[in-house]
Amino acid sequence: MTTETTNSRRKESLRDWLLTDTPTSRRHAKLASAYKSWLRLRSNHMAMFGLGILVLLGFVAAFAPWLAPYDPYAQVLSDRLLPIGSEGHLLGTDSLGRDILSRLIYGSRITLYIVTLVALIAPVAGLMVGTIAGYAGGWTDTILMRITDIFLAFPKLVLALAFVAALGAGIENAVLAISLTAWPPYARLARAETLTIRSSDFISAIRLQGAGPVRIITRHIWPLCISSLIVRVTLDMAGIILTAAGLGFLGLGAQPPSPEWGAMISEGRRFLLDHWWVATIPGLAIFTVSLAFNLLGDGLRDVLDPKDGAS
Amino acid sequence: MNLLDVEDLWVKFPTNTGVFDAVRGISFSLGRERLGIVGESGSGKSMTGRAILKLIRPPGWIEAKRIDLQGQPLLNASEKEMRSVRGSRISMVMQDPKFSLNPVMTVGDQIIEAYRLHEKATHRTARTRAIEMLEAVSIRDPERVMRAYPHEVSGGMGQRIMIAMMMIPNPEILIADEPTSALDVSVQGQVLNIMDRLVQDRGMGLIFISHDLNLVAEFCDRVLIMYAGRIVEVCDADKLHDASHPYTQGLLNSLPRLDAPKTRLEALVRDPEWRQQPSVSGLL
Amino acid sequence: MKSLSVRNLNVWFGEDRNRVDAVRAASFDVPSGGSFGLVGESGSGKSTILRAITGLVPTWSGEIEIDGAHVAHKRGREFYKLVQMVFQDPYASLHPRHSVDHVLSETLHLHGFQDIDTRVNNLLDDVGLGRSFRFRYPHQLSGGQRQRVAIARALAPEPEILLLDEPTSALDVSVQAEILNLLSDLRAEHKLTFVMVSHDLSVVGHMCDSVAVMRDGEIVEILSVEKMRRMEPDSAYTKHLLDVSLNYASAQA
Repeated sequence: MTTETTNSRRKESLRDWLLTDTPTSRRHAKLASAYKSWLRLRSNHMAMFGLGILVLLGFVAAFAPWLAPYDPYAQVLSDRLLPIGSEGHLLGTDSLGRDILSRLIYGSRITLYIVTLVALIAPVAGLMVGTIAGYAGGWTDTILMRITDIFLAFPKLVLALAFVAALGAGIENAVLAISLTAWPPYARLARAETLTIRSSDFISAIRLQGAGPVRIITRHIWPLCISSLIVRVTLDMAGIILTAAGLGFLGLGAQPPSPEWGAMISEGRRFLLDHWWVATIPGLAIFTVSLAFNLLGDGLRDVLDPKDGAS
Repeated sequence: MNLLDVEDLWVKFPTNTGVFDAVRGISFSLGRERLGIVGESGSGKSMTGRAILKLIRPPGWIEAKRIDLQGQPLLNASEKEMRSVRGSRISMVMQDPKFSLNPVMTVGDQIIEAYRLHEKATHRTARTRAIEMLEAVSIRDPERVMRAYPHEVSGGMGQRIMIAMMMIPNPEILIADEPTSALDVSVQGQVLNIMDRLVQDRGMGLIFISHDLNLVAEFCDRVLIMYAGRIVEVCDADKLHDASHPYTQGLLNSLPRLDAPKTRLEALVRDPEWRQQPSVSGLL
Repeated sequence: MKSLSVRNLNVWFGEDRNRVDAVRAASFDVPSGGSFGLVGESGSGKSTILRAITGLVPTWSGEIEIDGAHVAHKRGREFYKLVQMVFQDPYASLHPRHSVDHVLSETLHLHGFQDIDTRVNNLLDDVGLGRSFRFRYPHQLSGGQRQRVAIARALAPEPEILLLDEPTSALDVSVQAEILNLLSDLRAEHKLTFVMVSHDLSVVGHMCDSVAVMRDGEIVEILSVEKMRRMEPDSAYTKHLLDVSLNYASAQA
């Protein structure tokens, strides 16, 4: 029996093995369901376009020293404010004669750094607060949700400004400030999901096996909340990048001479009328990455949404 | 002339592994009668009901030789033409009234709106007609029900309201998809009786889609039994218990019966052959 | 085998002004190895009784005894080793992201079993699914197969009392026959005591020895199945229920 199945499996292609409805081991089942999700995502061209841009961004960030034609900090005052397409400076130079393309390439590292940290901190905090509040109910719920409401009541940027002002300017503090302002919507979302999941039969069933609240929240509720959170985070990424850029623009995020995209716009602002490219090119970079995250988020929603994603 | 003629109807859905045929080439007609369509989940019975109204959502699609409503072809009708058919000439009652009624409008407003969509009438006449319709479906206190929101009425009441709404434009055909499955047995009977009376009085055709053989046997004139997207048997409802196809017999035998106790129920053994047998025609 | 006894059970939802009494003063006994049915229309409180027995509804008063031992409001793991429940809708009672293997292994792990691997396979054999189903996800299973997984999960801790909340009402009739047969077999094999809730009198008539008929939260009548089959109930309501379930057309109110 076993030799027969291994023989026949060798004959099948890898694709058939992944598309099976009768997986033969835990690993096989996981891989098969991941592959089916990937197939669904792949059929969405816009999402794949977004994903392509993000992969490119990752590549550029990883190989920045090899890709950038110049040192992003090297000032050549004789080559100030060269226009796009100048010899040796494809995207021109800024007011201190630094190559904009190189700065853009190194800036992608900062953007990725911010995005990754915020994506790790805010949704996780929101998930914890939201699921605990939703599952526990009663006083715990009231207290946690009122705290969430307080955070939600402030405009995001104003709250982030206040935090950065208190903590001091700098990229790490900017990340922290953005995370602190970004978690409440995730908490809300996670709580709403938890409320519907909590009363479902499969939670009752595991309670009847004597499972405690910690196990139920982490093993049974989280896996169902996470997909909608991932979707929400990707859709929010654009906003996070913009907030980070906004802080940089206001001089409270990344500090000069750091090539953070928002800070670059801020510096270029003074020359906007005569030398438009200095501010516009980092602006276009922010726009492209934000758009990519939005497209990917839309595609992921179709794949991950538990409401119809199962079949 | 028959009210409805359907010939060689297919409903298809694309999947990862090729095209899935939910309905596989069935033919039937509907006269001024109560036609039952029975089958288990996945037999394609609900898809058939939706296909008649061309309510199959993309990426699914319909293929057929013809779908004729009193001789008028529906198969190539545009979406705009179909909208004028749906509701006014063919109405549909779904399983659960909770999902068919708008939760944020009162029952009265919904009936009045439905009426005024089809007839040019003042608000006042529409209201009077709505109350008459609610009375026709045996709702005792129509004024109160008119002011109620859907969540304030019981399941049986909700289903009666749905039927009232569907009857307003005086359709020629009523398609009822499991209209009583979500209801308690005692309410089931009332709803069925109301539907029966309306259909009889107005000379409408009724397509009654259900999984419940006994219910269909009692309630309908003629029955189509569907299996795996095809019709395996057509018979008169009162002769359903003498049905010849092993699938129909198997279904009947698998039911526990109060009057005939047995220690083990007969499990239906599915013959792969049944899937291959050609579809029986239900044309008149 | 264990017997179950319920005395003067009251279950309510909400407090003070919003309080709804879902079950009022319900009392019944199920002998060890017996099979007891609870029938009634929706909202009659029949499922609520099961949820109170298992502790899923905490707001109840009265006496629940298992083999004479009093059941406290806070139930420990020993209780869940004795009493298990199968839910109505197999589409809702399995976690959509957990494979069959995950569901059963976790249950066995929670009950402190060591030989999880063999037990999972045995459970799958017991409910007639076979081992090829072990690593499938719920969306790869039909309704009947899901209900078999749910039954396997309930059997995992080797309980003595099985509570069945409309276990077949979401299934096709042919699948219903298979599941009812499976339940009868398992009851004989594992010497289980059954409490079954259903709106379908013929299903209860097939599965149970005696039946409590419920209406608006109260038990109207407890009668033996033979008495029910002979159509000789004491109360008019039971008579009415029997009439409408045997003949739809006669249900004119």
